[in-house]
Amino acid sequence: MDLRNTWDQWPDANGRFGEFGGRYVAETLMPLILDLEREYRAAKQDPAFKAEMDDLWAHYVGRPSPLYFAERLTEHFGGAKIYFKRDELNHTGAHKINNCLGQVLLARRMGKKRIIAETGAGQHGVATATICARFGLDCVVFMGETDVERQKPNVFRMRLLGAQIVPVSSGTGTLKDAMNEALRDWVTNVEDTFYCIGTAAGPHPYPEMVRDFQSIIGKEARAQILEREGRLPDAVMACIGGGSNAIGLFHPFIEDEGVRLIGVEAAGHGIETGEHAAALNGGKPGILHGNRTYLLQTDDGQIIDAHSISAGLDYPGIGPEHAFLRDMGRAEYLSCTDQEALDAFQLCTRLEGIIPALEPSHAIARVGEVAKELGKDGLLILNMCGRGDKDVFSVAKALGVDV
Amino acid sequence: MGRERIEAAFARAKGESRAALVTYLMAGDPSLEESFKALCALRDNGADIIELGAPFTDPMADGPAIQRAGLRALANGTKLTDVLALAARFRKDDQTTPLILMGYANPIHSMGYEAFAKAAAEVGIDGTIIVDLPPEEDAGLREIYRPLGLSVIRLATPTTDEARAAKVADGASGFIYFVAVTGVTGAGSADPAAIAGKVAMVRRVSGLPVCVGFGVKNGAQAAEMAKIADGVVVGSAFVEKAQDAHETGKFETAAPAMGELAGELRRALAGVAKG
Repeated sequence: MDLRNTWDQWPDANGRFGEFGGRYVAETLMPLILDLEREYRAAKQDPAFKAEMDDLWAHYVGRPSPLYFAERLTEHFGGAKIYFKRDELNHTGAHKINNCLGQVLLARRMGKKRIIAETGAGQHGVATATICARFGLDCVVFMGETDVERQKPNVFRMRLLGAQIVPVSSGTGTLKDAMNEALRDWVTNVEDTFYCIGTAAGPHPYPEMVRDFQSIIGKEARAQILEREGRLPDAVMACIGGGSNAIGLFHPFIEDEGVRLIGVEAAGHGIETGEHAAALNGGKPGILHGNRTYLLQTDDGQIIDAHSISAGLDYPGIGPEHAFLRDMGRAEYLSCTDQEALDAFQLCTRLEGIIPALEPSHAIARVGEVAKELGKDGLLILNMCGRGDKDVFSVAKALGVDV
Repeated sequence: MGRERIEAAFARAKGESRAALVTYLMAGDPSLEESFKALCALRDNGADIIELGAPFTDPMADGPAIQRAGLRALANGTKLTDVLALAARFRKDDQTTPLILMGYANPIHSMGYEAFAKAAAEVGIDGTIIVDLPPEEDAGLREIYRPLGLSVIRLATPTTDEARAAKVADGASGFIYFVAVTGVTGAGSADPAAIAGKVAMVRRVSGLPVCVGFGVKNGAQAAEMAKIADGVVVGSAFVEKAQDAHETGKFETAAPAMGELAGELRRALAGVAKG
């Protein structure tokens, strides 16, 4: 069977993308995620739900985001024309809000009054707190203790927005532990709570739901490039942590076989050092946080902490649909070290006057090679999924500059 | 032996007109040697069934006590193969007490379902409770277990309705573990009156003994729970004994303290006559 021609069937009725995905949760949560799936199916069919989304996307988030020709970066590399999909211009400065808006509207529809979320860098937390403020919902954000310390401006932002921040010290106090703690909260507060997961991972239907909400990126980009260039791109590129911005960009192009889908994972200090966040390039399939996917783990099946200079990519797993795309060969997954991302961060800032977040800097670091490979007649789109304001302090520190 | 050993344990408790005592300990906490002594102490003081915890880095359904126990066990280098070896050592001299391996899917998935199941059956494990393998996800393991006689023990919770109970019961054997509170292990205690109806429903739908756990810490609470359940599960309270031993550095105190608690619980259960 050629899976590529039947893309609409994924995930299947059991929430699986081939061998990946599924619903690996404690029994207490099973009725909740089955209910969530039913409610999501109903919302998907409801024109009123879509109309509300569209209205807020246009007037609150600021969509569609522009498709920008990065002329000087293109000249610099001397290869294919490079376009940026400008999702960093969204309200709150990243693609995260696309998904939060969808999930919180769904929560309201389900009559839930309390929203919980996990966050690493704080972008998903800020986006969730923002939408909760807009709709007057209680918001509780779980954040690893070390991240609370590293991301003080975002912590303050969330508090200003009325969210309660719960620093997580269990386990190793990182994003994966924040997710564990959010799941523990959800198991405890089953009646009134909606868990707003920030990436295209977790138990079914989250990977599908997050993908659908983020697919606005790829749908817009596809229409915009057809209008600007009169043809589809040769490649689309995005950075990958859990993979929500990447799947959002990729998905509308999956059935366009001529379009290469290229994800870039965080190689941290280098995959060979073991200190990285590249689950596809340096992990193996396992079960964590409700889904079967590629994970960083020991030979005994214990989860290994990820490392990346970018807190948004610092996660030991990856969304199950990426695992599926990789194994069938439909998408390619490259990687980029902390240092390469820092260099790309500076290059983009100087050449384009756009300060990228450290996350998309990983994709920018690989874009030159891909552009050269495609040649001057080539065309590619890179998702600028977040802006770098949040990262200026950590970049300064990495460059040895005292701010 | 597998499910038959579990069935025999419930039959014995029933013969004595009392609820069964199900105890939990984390393998490798405070050490594998002390865990072996603790297994013996639990058995000697009246535990009918023992759940042997296998540590995992990310125990999403556990409260702080069992989370920390798992991290201590991992820090001691405890691997899934060590947990199996511990079971084998206990089984050498004890053919009666059922051992249930309790943990999370990934270490078992990493070992391979088939390799794990064969090893588990060989060392005398009788069944497993894998917290993050709901009925929707355990089909592969269930097929492998069947010829080996291993029990798939499933969880039911206050969120389980009758339709869901049927799904939980399908393919389950040994007993159903009823989680008394929505929450993590070791969290607040449940009111037996509030869950009595659900427990009875799960028993009727499954045709299996129903053991109630989560939030049961002492003899008085166990006795209350025994009125509505076929068995009472106590976990975090035992794990806290291992934690005390770890904190004082006197590892040898863990097994006696756990034995003492088992004795208290067993006496409490003996005081509640079951029909």
